[in-house]
Amino acid sequence: MLISNTQEIPGKTIVAFHGVVSGSTVRAKHIGKDIMAGLKNVVGGELKGYTDLLSEARGEAIRRMSYQAEAMGANAIVNVRFATSSVAQGAAELFAYGTAVKVE
Amino acid sequence: MELLPYAITPALLLGAWISGTLIERWHLSSLSRLESGSRDILAVTIEDIPPDWRVESSDLVIGNVVISQDYFKRVAASLKGIVGGNIRVYEPLLERARREALIRMKEAARERGHDTIINVRIETSRLASSRPDGKGTAGVEILAFGTAVSLSGGRPRLGVTP
Repeated sequence: MLISNTQEIPGKTIVAFHGVVSGSTVRAKHIGKDIMAGLKNVVGGELKGYTDLLSEARGEAIRRMSYQAEAMGANAIVNVRFATSSVAQGAAELFAYGTAVKVE
Repeated sequence: MELLPYAITPALLLGAWISGTLIERWHLSSLSRLESGSRDILAVTIEDIPPDWRVESSDLVIGNVVISQDYFKRVAASLKGIVGGNIRVYEPLLERARREALIRMKEAARERGHDTIINVRIETSRLASSRPDGKGTAGVEILAFGTAVSLSGGRPRLGVTP
């Protein structure tokens, strides 16, 4: 699956549009990571546990989006966007969406 | 001994101020080192590929970082929030996070063998607190992403790579 956030896949030509595809995950923070993050919150700096958590979750959202595109018979997703929202206290939704296309 | 409870907050503030300042200084020096290391990767916000570029392959690349402000600066910012104006203590924090996210995005491109990233976008989002009262913040996430490309015949003269 070719994925891009541009209007088209660079170097390829779009031959068919399959429509919007999306994938999302809602992740809650892990208690162990949360305690560490609480300490880091006092001294400041990067909250590595959260960085990894969000990047894994975003990866999962992209995977789900790819499966959906695959099921449609597409081989690429263009114009991918991301959205993050705090749906509940201590939980975040990671959302990825784009347009499934066939390229040559 | 009766005064001990009153001493905790100033001690915490002082500790946070010292550690926050040290972490910030360390981060800034690491950033300038990493930035000079990833200078060969060109990142641009243009959407369309110039017609004379011959693209061989492309990948979506992402860099993210979650960063939090130290307690002292949070208190300072909330005091500043009363009178309004620029909250300067937050500016370096967000700047550091954006630079870090951009470096990570560039390194992700390098790992996949690309040297140019187009249509770079940077997003900022606040992570909600895990505290039951909903106060405070769990940190801010900066997300940088773009489409990394490999060009056959090398990159045309667009980038300045000193």
